[in-house]
Amino acid sequence: MSTIISLPDQATARLPRKSFLNEEYGIKSWLLTGDHKRIAILYLVSITFFFVIGGALAGLIRMELLTPPSDLMATDTYNKVFSMHGIIMIFLFLVPSVPATIGNFLIPLMVGARDLAFPKINLLSWYLYMAGGLIIFAAMVLGGVDSGWTFTTPLSTHYLNTHVTTAAIGIFLAGFSSIFTGLNFIVTVHRMRCPGMTWFRLPLFVWSHYATSIIMILGTPVLAITLVLVALERTLDIGVFDPSKGGDPLLFQHLFWFYSHPAVYIMILPGMAVISEVISTFSRKRVFGYTAVAFSSVAIAVFGFLVWEHHMFIMGVSQYSALVFSLLTMLVAVPSAIKIFNWTMTLYRGSITFETPMLYAFGFMGLFTIGGLTGVFLATLGMDVHLTETYFIVAHFHFVMVGGMLMAYLAGIHFWWPKMTGRMYPEAISKVSAIVTFIGFIVTFFPQFLLGYLGMPRRYASYPADFQVLNVFSTAGATILGIGYLLPMLYLPWSLVYGAIAGDNPWQATGLEWQIQSPPLTVNFVEIPVMDHEAYDYEWLANKTVHEVQTVG
Amino acid sequence: MDSHSVATAPGELVGGVDPHSHPSFLRHHFESVGQQREAASFGMWIFLLTEVMFFGGMFCAYLIFRNWYHPAFVAGSNTLDITLGTTNTAVLIGSSFTMAMAVYSAEMRRRSQLILFLTLTIVLGFAFLGIKAVEYHQKFVDHHIPGPNFSIQEFVHPSNPHAIPLSPDMAQKTQIYFSLYFAMTGMHALHMIIGISLLFFMVWRASQNAYTEGHIMPVENFGLYWHFVDIVWIFLFPLLYLISRYR
Repeated sequence: MSTIISLPDQATARLPRKSFLNEEYGIKSWLLTGDHKRIAILYLVSITFFFVIGGALAGLIRMELLTPPSDLMATDTYNKVFSMHGIIMIFLFLVPSVPATIGNFLIPLMVGARDLAFPKINLLSWYLYMAGGLIIFAAMVLGGVDSGWTFTTPLSTHYLNTHVTTAAIGIFLAGFSSIFTGLNFIVTVHRMRCPGMTWFRLPLFVWSHYATSIIMILGTPVLAITLVLVALERTLDIGVFDPSKGGDPLLFQHLFWFYSHPAVYIMILPGMAVISEVISTFSRKRVFGYTAVAFSSVAIAVFGFLVWEHHMFIMGVSQYSALVFSLLTMLVAVPSAIKIFNWTMTLYRGSITFETPMLYAFGFMGLFTIGGLTGVFLATLGMDVHLTETYFIVAHFHFVMVGGMLMAYLAGIHFWWPKMTGRMYPEAISKVSAIVTFIGFIVTFFPQFLLGYLGMPRRYASYPADFQVLNVFSTAGATILGIGYLLPMLYLPWSLVYGAIAGDNPWQATGLEWQIQSPPLTVNFVEIPVMDHEAYDYEWLANKTVHEVQTVG
Repeated sequence: MDSHSVATAPGELVGGVDPHSHPSFLRHHFESVGQQREAASFGMWIFLLTEVMFFGGMFCAYLIFRNWYHPAFVAGSNTLDITLGTTNTAVLIGSSFTMAMAVYSAEMRRRSQLILFLTLTIVLGFAFLGIKAVEYHQKFVDHHIPGPNFSIQEFVHPSNPHAIPLSPDMAQKTQIYFSLYFAMTGMHALHMIIGISLLFFMVWRASQNAYTEGHIMPVENFGLYWHFVDIVWIFLFPLLYLISRYR
């Protein structure tokens, strides 16, 4: 049963006199900071910048596909546009999105620590990210890359005269930035928990990030060495992936997908982290089956490493191994389903309210379920041969990545915005934007399932006229989706100045981060807290509020 | 917990505990030196785990291609200079010893001894890279560097009486062996260069007494890194030089 919680009256809330935002001023105090909260905000600004670029490229793709012939741009320009869209969105937006911003901000707060274990490495990871990002940006400005984000050999090593090496260096650096983020999280969760914070009292947000970090530290180095070999093959003519020298392009696929499949769990697990917190808070109930949800995150991380070959079913791999990988791929659906069912059970008989983060969370659950189930279609060998390299794949991973992860990211940003800035976002317009995003998303990507099933291949600038109606729907949807993403970019900065003052705990959530002032002090906790209750204990919160003596500083 | 109290100075934050009892190298976000030390060493081990995965990609490629092109790998392996390779192995193990002694010196708080052993490690590191450069040069002279100038002459018509001549087709595959040889030893050498750069930094810091007043974690963790780079070579040496030597 849920506990009845009344939201506090925010009219009396005041901004704290001192917080991490006004501790120091000036550009230097930001660029040389060791504070995880400030680094999170640096990340937030920079990933938004790259998201805008990636989004603009997506807009160009949809505009080109409005009409059947390739008329807006030349076909090789189109190749560059979709390649850069993929590279920027995956390596510069999705991978760091939740972990490096919201995770960076919250993990020390949630485990009751003053900072991440290695603040300097945390700052270094932002600099590596920026260096990587700017190099990728330079590769785009200098003429782009047209290998697709997958860098398929020998196309990328022998047949392209574009800035493949430059982009590979950029991705290499951005990869090390995510390794350092993961390393920091793991050490922080192991070594920096406050007294009484046992593993099973950790919020599920932390569990999911822990699982993400495992993938980051084990997967990313393999991508790094793969890209090094590609770069060496282009520059020094070594032949590991070159069939003319006896090398094996399929080996590239194995190494690349050994990272890049687990990487989709780097992208989705932090989204699930956010959803667990949001669903629990707005149903005022403990997450149903806490242990199952916690371990399902770890299970996704472990299974995620054993399924990479499903990207290669049509590439001439052994049929027997394909059978095994097909089965293992379907197994990943089990922990994902555990999460969805447990969140649904959390909602059951909860006292649900429909604030913006909750709307985004509902969007996540619906869209992620569709995206996940179509993933099972693709895990099926026979279906995969028909559907792979068509728009069905495109729709599938956009449902998971955009419908899932981006929804979760926006849910998280809205949910913790009051904690990060001390001010509320405007509720009415943000609800509109949540709904607009959902509608725009469905209109954009659902037709792509149909297009793919009908056989429209991905990565072509032109298509037969029969496909035009569905493509027009998709482009129209992308316009709506664009408005949905534009709105938060306008009203969130607006709220920094004009938003209502939030107060410490506007949602009456139970996490440690909500028990301190908003925005927090640079040291997070004046005294290191002692955890004496389970995560999501709304009874504890209700009793605490009764007995607490408020002293306004 | 009183969420509204306002801290005015970092010194006041350590509520109850005398802030002056902490050594200067204890960073503010750790509760104790023990916690800081455990975190640093745990972090280093995790970083080494990522390094294992990094080299793992190349070892995986080696395993596959060795299996496919065994004769080419045998022939390629035998063109390497085993004397230089063995010397280099000894040099590197020696540098691991001096590094271990450096950690010991830091523990014992002997500054000049620490500087001496760090410097010796640098010297041995450069010796390794120098010998490696001589080997690379030999490969260059022999046209055994993959690319347009690669020559299969030596493998089709070997000058070594023990060697079995390869068919031109299989001889081409020695390029894969040398691709891996240069990629693996090259990545290893890159790690050595990074390590030597860090060593120079540490000699400078050690001369300022940074590690000999109880704060030995940087030396200890760098030692782990240096030993790791050494261990990578301990795998590379037999795989590239020894495993299919002619009698």
